[in-house]
Amino acid sequence: MKAGTNLERILDSGEFAVTAEVGPPRGTSPNVVQRKGELLKSCCDAINVTDNQTAIVRMSSVSGCVLLNQLGIEPVMQMVCRDRNRIAIQSDILGAVALGIGNVLCLSGDYPSFGDHPTAKGVFDIDSIQLIQLLKQMREEKKFLSGANISGEVPLFIGAAENPYADPFEYRTPRLAKKIAAGVDFIQTQAIFDVDKFAKWMKEVTDRGLDKKVHILAGVIPIKTVGMGRYMKDNVPGVHVPDEVVTRMQDVKDVKEEGLKICLETIDQIKEIPGVHGIHIMAVGWEDMVPTIVEKAGLLPRPLI
Amino acid sequence: MLVSEQKPVEEILRYLDGENNIFLVGCKGCAEGFESGGEPQVMEMKQKLEAEGKTVIGFTLIDMVCNQSLSRMKLIPYQQVLDGTNALLCLTCGSGVQSLSSVVNKLVYPGCNTISSVGGHAEWKEAERCMECGDCVLAYTGGICPIARCSKSMSNGPCGGSENKQCEVNPGIDCAWHLIVERLTKLGRLDKLEEVIPPKNWGVSLTGGPPRY
Repeated sequence: MKAGTNLERILDSGEFAVTAEVGPPRGTSPNVVQRKGELLKSCCDAINVTDNQTAIVRMSSVSGCVLLNQLGIEPVMQMVCRDRNRIAIQSDILGAVALGIGNVLCLSGDYPSFGDHPTAKGVFDIDSIQLIQLLKQMREEKKFLSGANISGEVPLFIGAAENPYADPFEYRTPRLAKKIAAGVDFIQTQAIFDVDKFAKWMKEVTDRGLDKKVHILAGVIPIKTVGMGRYMKDNVPGVHVPDEVVTRMQDVKDVKEEGLKICLETIDQIKEIPGVHGIHIMAVGWEDMVPTIVEKAGLLPRPLI
Repeated sequence: MLVSEQKPVEEILRYLDGENNIFLVGCKGCAEGFESGGEPQVMEMKQKLEAEGKTVIGFTLIDMVCNQSLSRMKLIPYQQVLDGTNALLCLTCGSGVQSLSSVVNKLVYPGCNTISSVGGHAEWKEAERCMECGDCVLAYTGGICPIARCSKSMSNGPCGGSENKQCEVNPGIDCAWHLIVERLTKLGRLDKLEEVIPPKNWGVSLTGGPPRY
């Protein structure tokens, strides 16, 4: 056991894991995080709290994680390299561990120009792979990047993202191998819509035996409206929404029902792909639907390990 | 003028591991002025490499290595010699290394760190090539700089936002990491990217450290 978190136990036991996501509010009220947490509590093994996603200022990830912890809900703290240098990163990790956070997801971070402070300076002191390596060093050697000793344990279950749709496609699997070499324990992928391309990537992953070295959770996004589908297709970096998904939603009366249907079909197909150890549901603005998705996907009740 | 200083020979030997026949390139421009890649330094490097058992199969000095056309032209007489090597060691600023990389289908290794442009430019002006980071990583990235040309200055890219060879930040920007992967694939040297490049020393960078000149 690296951190002994629920997510780690579920994945290590070979169960098919389910994680979801909570975006903290653009304000000071704890209610938003608490309400979403309560809603998702019984249908997920852990809940990601995003870190100023798309470079828009929100309540900090660590605060959201603490709010979830207080309700007995296990968080995954997302951490981007965009906003902190190596000093702040290590300091935040010490604090996160002290506050009972065990899962951390390492990300490079959306570029500042996408957000509400486009004139901000991006930090990018270290990159996401160096962040993984740093957290592993903190956990295993109990040393800072400088080599100085850390007092106390640093039990972390280290996660990272992977985008099978980013280019160059041929380098995505070697780059995953590099993340594994750096010390990653679990991967949550970018949203899967084009299952064939994802399956092709997973084939490369399993051919290299990488699924035995890291737990891969496939990301899904239920699309609520045609506009959201179009917006993600055109404006969200790294998300690849095929035309047919948008067309399918345009052609029906009950758009939400179709969005749910597409998501469930995707999960059904994903579950059959060798090497996939779970799903990560990013129901942006549609968290209410997550319990239904998990139930209809046949993934309830969640195992207790 | 671009101010460069030679990398420690230990670092150079580390990334030349496995490369036995080396072709040396010096520069009669800034690198000569700052004594990092003029004729005496090229001769000295030749001796150091030979003392470590490497074969220096040839060397040349070009007036301004950062001038792509000039570099291309000046290497023509050396075509046959260059056929006998996969590795060039270039004692210039980062722009020079990248200019040379763009005209030969070989790995071009940086022998220097570029520490300042003292407000000036190299002779290759259509894009940012060198950010004077003081800790040149071109040895690992096929002679294409991820510090100057990746929006996030990633040492271990690409991020998840690269699509159709373009950077997520602006379709007008090439994804530097796409170019790097493409070039190393073409040279059959993707193995260069297997190792995790450690965090950079930004303390020696002009944009991360204190002003120097």
